[in-house]
Amino acid sequence: MDLQLLTFIIVGITFTLYIGVAIWSRAGSTKEFYVAGGGVSPLANGMATAADWMSAASFISMAGLISFMGFDGAQYLMGWTGGYVLLALLLAPYLRKFGKFTVPDFIGDRYYSNTARLVAVICALFVSFTYVVGQMKGVGIAFARFLDIPFEQGVIIGVGIVFFYAVLGGMKGITYTQVAQYCVLIFAYMVPAIFISMIMVDNPIPQLGFGGKLQDGTYLLDKLDKLHTDLGFKAYTVANKPTIDLFFVTAALMLGTAGLPHVIVRFFTVPKVRDARISAGWALVFIAILYTTAPAVAAFARTNLINTVSNRSYQEVPQWFKNWENTDLLAWSDKNNDGKIQYQSGNALTDIKPVFSDQKGNSGQRMVTNGNPESDNELYVDRDIIVLANPEIAQLPGWVIALVVAGGLAAALSTAAGLLLVISTSVSHDLFKKLIMPQISEKGELNAARISAGIAVVVAGYFGMNPPDYVAALVAFAFGLAAASFFPAIILGIFSKKMNKEGAITGMIVGLVFTATYILYFKFWGGTPDQYWFGISPEGIGTLGMIFNFIISLVVSKFTSAPPESVQQVVENIRIPRGAGKASSH
Amino acid sequence: MDNKNKMQAYWKKNLRYLTILLSIWFIVSYGFGILLADYLNQIKIAGFKLGFWFAQQGSIYVFVILIFVYVRWMNKLDKEFDVDEKE
Repeated sequence: MDLQLLTFIIVGITFTLYIGVAIWSRAGSTKEFYVAGGGVSPLANGMATAADWMSAASFISMAGLISFMGFDGAQYLMGWTGGYVLLALLLAPYLRKFGKFTVPDFIGDRYYSNTARLVAVICALFVSFTYVVGQMKGVGIAFARFLDIPFEQGVIIGVGIVFFYAVLGGMKGITYTQVAQYCVLIFAYMVPAIFISMIMVDNPIPQLGFGGKLQDGTYLLDKLDKLHTDLGFKAYTVANKPTIDLFFVTAALMLGTAGLPHVIVRFFTVPKVRDARISAGWALVFIAILYTTAPAVAAFARTNLINTVSNRSYQEVPQWFKNWENTDLLAWSDKNNDGKIQYQSGNALTDIKPVFSDQKGNSGQRMVTNGNPESDNELYVDRDIIVLANPEIAQLPGWVIALVVAGGLAAALSTAAGLLLVISTSVSHDLFKKLIMPQISEKGELNAARISAGIAVVVAGYFGMNPPDYVAALVAFAFGLAAASFFPAIILGIFSKKMNKEGAITGMIVGLVFTATYILYFKFWGGTPDQYWFGISPEGIGTLGMIFNFIISLVVSKFTSAPPESVQQVVENIRIPRGAGKASSH
Repeated sequence: MDNKNKMQAYWKKNLRYLTILLSIWFIVSYGFGILLADYLNQIKIAGFKLGFWFAQQGSIYVFVILIFVYVRWMNKLDKEFDVDEKE
């Protein structure tokens, strides 16, 4: 069967499944809309959290990123998993006991202040919005590349589907759809990974195959280190970045994870405190399956790529090379006219992306007009290829390729839906119900939630179609701000009975302003890397912002009056599991 | 022991568990995976340099184990102090 048709069929089946699940589990009350009625089993919640967490970027780009970063890719692997330990141990059980719907709910009530609530709402909206725009763009790219339709139409289809089940189903619909999406995406990720591991090192478990031997008897990673140093790259298994930056970036990602509203809200959906703890454990198990496979895929693909193309003549390279050349994701500029591909350290092009002319070169390659004459490197490879081309490189059947498409779409849709829900909840619950019109009825609030979800999905779709070119920089923002604002405010709210509103609010504002200024300065106002404080890049600065937040909060609270007795009572109460009851709005 | 003291003892024990588990969390990721990675890379187990393995595999496995140990400890502690949730 033709690959195009096969892809349509598999994607069609998975979409029908999601919509069916959404109709079966649609929400009838605000409680079902916000926290799925508080009755989700810990295992299902863990799976849904994992699907929510792993975005199109985790699915498509991460292995490629690690493949090109080598050891330093560890900052993403540890950074995006280690935060779950903090969530399980420091946040989830207490927030579940507290028993409200949202993070601004906790901040507003614990710090007995609507100013604190408002700061929290603004942070939540900003963080979730920056994130969702990237997802909509991911949906558009996935559709466009595989279903051969224009990018804009891809985004519109994605918007339509997310609109349907997020607006109709609320958290309940989203949760059960995400369970289905997790199954699709993990299956789609593991099948090619297992095949490649078997082909390269004859071990069906990629996590072990990673440390296995190639056919010629050398260890895969030794071989890869050698290939790297021979071509002028740094060894694959040795850190490249300054240690301090690796440390701070990893920490910012971990702390940011534990402060992201769309992750935290997950733990409001389970019935008990005990369930919140174990559910964080299940979430990490499901995430770890992909996150421990990704570095193995990265190493396999890197070795494969270098072996297949380095010093080969263009005529000899396999068909997939030419296929991906046609999608603009690969480019070869034959600088020394020897008809062979020289791949080594250095930028092959003068810009980030290749610019093709309509002409063909001597070997039949597509001619590139922006080859960089200062470097002998002739090959440009887009990182996303690593996952996308894996099935072809390993010569897997067409249905596996179609499955990868469905997996990428599942990853993008599930994350987008989770984020949209946080945005709509922030508007209808935190902004309308709690700040602007407290007398709004249950039905009115539910309608407000649906309408704001609808508006949010359309706006996100618009930005997904016309993405500001700083989307990638915005992700650093999301994590940095979550780490510097929410994380300390929540931790102190639980672990320090004496923390008061003055301390928490000044702490959040200082953390936010400091982190935002640093990121803006280096990403948009022309700061250069040699001006980094202590060599910390903007991706890692949230860690320092968090430290400032903690210090300022503690100092200010020492000099201002202690919180009211009733609030201290609440803190005592959330520390004890018994009597959690279901999440409620009162 | 009156109720207030009992709750204080419960909380203290909880904080002790957190200190133990978070120390391990810090040591495997920031310690073995980042600060000591170059040093540990001199040791090789099967095809892995140890520092590299902790950075890209080992720390994640330890994270998972830590959460499940925490759940076990806390469920026991809740029962011991009679603050567990009834069915």
